[in-house]
Amino acid sequence: MSNVIYFDNNATTQVAPEVVEAMLPFFKEMYGNASSMHSFGGQVGKHISNAREQIANLLNAVPDEIVFTSCGTESDNTAVMSAIETQPEKKHFITTRVEHSAMMAMGDYLEKKGYDVTYLSVDSKGQLDLAELEAAIRPDTALVSVMFANNETGTVFPIAKIADIVKSKGVLFHVDAVQAVGKEIIDLQKLPIDFLAFSGHKLHAPKGIGVLYIRRGTRFRPFIRGGHQERGRRAGTENAPYIVGLGKACELAGNNILKERTEVARLRDMLEQGIISKIDHVIINGDTEHRLPNTTNISFEAVEGEAILLMLDQFGICASSGSACTSGSLEPSHVLRAMGVPFNYAHGSIRFSLSRYSTEEEVKKVIDVTPKIIENLRAISPFRGKNF
Amino acid sequence: MWEYTDTVREHFLNPRNAGEMPDANAIGEVGSLACGDALKLFLKINEKGVIEKASFQTFGCASAIASSSALTEIIKGMTIEEASKITNKDIAAYLGGLPKEKMHCSVMGEEALEAAIRNYKGLAPLTHEEEGKLICKCFGVTDNQIIKAIRENNLQTVEEVTNFTKAGGACGTCIDAIAQILESEKNAGLALHEIKPVLKKPLSNIQKMQKIIQVIEEDIRPRLTQDGGDVELIDVVDDKVIVSLRGACSSCRASAVTLKDVVEATLKEHVDKNLIVVQA
Repeated sequence: MSNVIYFDNNATTQVAPEVVEAMLPFFKEMYGNASSMHSFGGQVGKHISNAREQIANLLNAVPDEIVFTSCGTESDNTAVMSAIETQPEKKHFITTRVEHSAMMAMGDYLEKKGYDVTYLSVDSKGQLDLAELEAAIRPDTALVSVMFANNETGTVFPIAKIADIVKSKGVLFHVDAVQAVGKEIIDLQKLPIDFLAFSGHKLHAPKGIGVLYIRRGTRFRPFIRGGHQERGRRAGTENAPYIVGLGKACELAGNNILKERTEVARLRDMLEQGIISKIDHVIINGDTEHRLPNTTNISFEAVEGEAILLMLDQFGICASSGSACTSGSLEPSHVLRAMGVPFNYAHGSIRFSLSRYSTEEEVKKVIDVTPKIIENLRAISPFRGKNF
Repeated sequence: MWEYTDTVREHFLNPRNAGEMPDANAIGEVGSLACGDALKLFLKINEKGVIEKASFQTFGCASAIASSSALTEIIKGMTIEEASKITNKDIAAYLGGLPKEKMHCSVMGEEALEAAIRNYKGLAPLTHEEEGKLICKCFGVTDNQIIKAIRENNLQTVEEVTNFTKAGGACGTCIDAIAQILESEKNAGLALHEIKPVLKKPLSNIQKMQKIIQVIEEDIRPRLTQDGGDVELIDVVDDKVIVSLRGACSSCRASAVTLKDVVEATLKEHVDKNLIVVQA
């Protein structure tokens, strides 16, 4: 599969070779348990501490605010459950209509438990109305949870402004930063966020490792109970190889963040411009002024997304779609629908998400083949001739 | 990623008979942009009622395009009568099967074919009343379409109905209504089952004899006497019913037919399906 053009980095990423190297000793020589009294196990603990520091450095946090989990979903679930368990008298939860299913499912769950859940709306760019947020906060609001950046469109929320509003009302604030860490500059000394979740496999670490940042002084209840690991905040033997790998990945992310924001953004823009200049009846979904540097979400009118993806697949090009047919749900993505993207465009949305491993040559190849794919599919569409 | 068969992939990547047909004399259109898939089927039918050419235009996913391509291949060369018997199952089978979530693509093919045949016969597209009661507002699916899919594919659950018709696949407010349709279809099926055990219950010899006499007296004889014939029961040995045909029947050349088609068939239906009737 050496001919693969992997433009689906918001789904998952290639593990960085340096990360693999850093992990290997912990599968071989250093297999001890960090909690053991003997120095053979104890030496692993030092490497875990080192990883915790590497992660804290990337976020400008304090190492003991970093708690290792198994994935982004666990981190999100943990933050919500902790917020409701530490404040049992508060029965209101605020999130948005464009969250990842890790948060949407928690909203459903809380509603079933009798909570009031407010889903904030978004405009056509996928941006929140901050006045709506401010008006939604109530004395019994237990938690406000929003994503840092949207996985489908790349739209970045104004987290600093949101944090100011939420904290001025004295409400707990959680941020799902799964797509943002490593792509957006996050300074937790400046941002008054209580919880922040992210996942290793979105920034060139392996799947199966995540982080929940918990600001010092925040009341907390563990989601997984058992041993004293993570200072009682997350039980279960430390996943040493993955923790070390994530530490390395965060160090690399810090070193490469300017490249992500300049070079990756340049390639993304080249791809986007290349496609929209060659194809009519296309729209870009999301907020192009406040967007992840690696993401573009393009809708092709009157073509179905799954058909486009399978055609791209013939050329080894990996992307994803917000179309109904790819989700199995029969409806186009909830994000695009919340933004009011018309159905004739929503069904034909394609997300390309690049990484620092993407090349100009790959971008040119995608620009080269995509127009022909769209033309072929439009040629057999019954809507040909009605609009174009 | 969907698990598509090689045939589906082949018909998607190289669709057969794709494109408009300027000289078509039958066109069937189903679906819409909003629904996420749409199919326009073109047929050229000759004066003998044979489909000479079929082509399609499809907006939709890989399986929608492959189903359309397969449909045109299946019906080419068929008469209208033959084509009207094609169902979604034939389309799915031609493609070596479809993922269950994609069965609605084959149903779309069947519906487009029906619409094209109506168009050829000069019938107007089905009105909303004829289509039935709208159940799924999101995808515009009626109760008649749901009942048809349930019966043709022996569907048991709401999820299966959604896979085949898309009904209930969006907002979900019609799920209770779909469950009710499934329930009434199941009850209709049960009613048929309930009759059978009555017939299956083994009869004692006396009961069997009495029943045979009753059916002959009340049902068979009146029909034969209308034609100047008659029948008399001689004996019953196990499942063998020995009778003697009288009157016009005794000399009628069709008496063997009468024996089998009237006497035996009626006794089988009302008494026991294992009965055999012979002439004394």
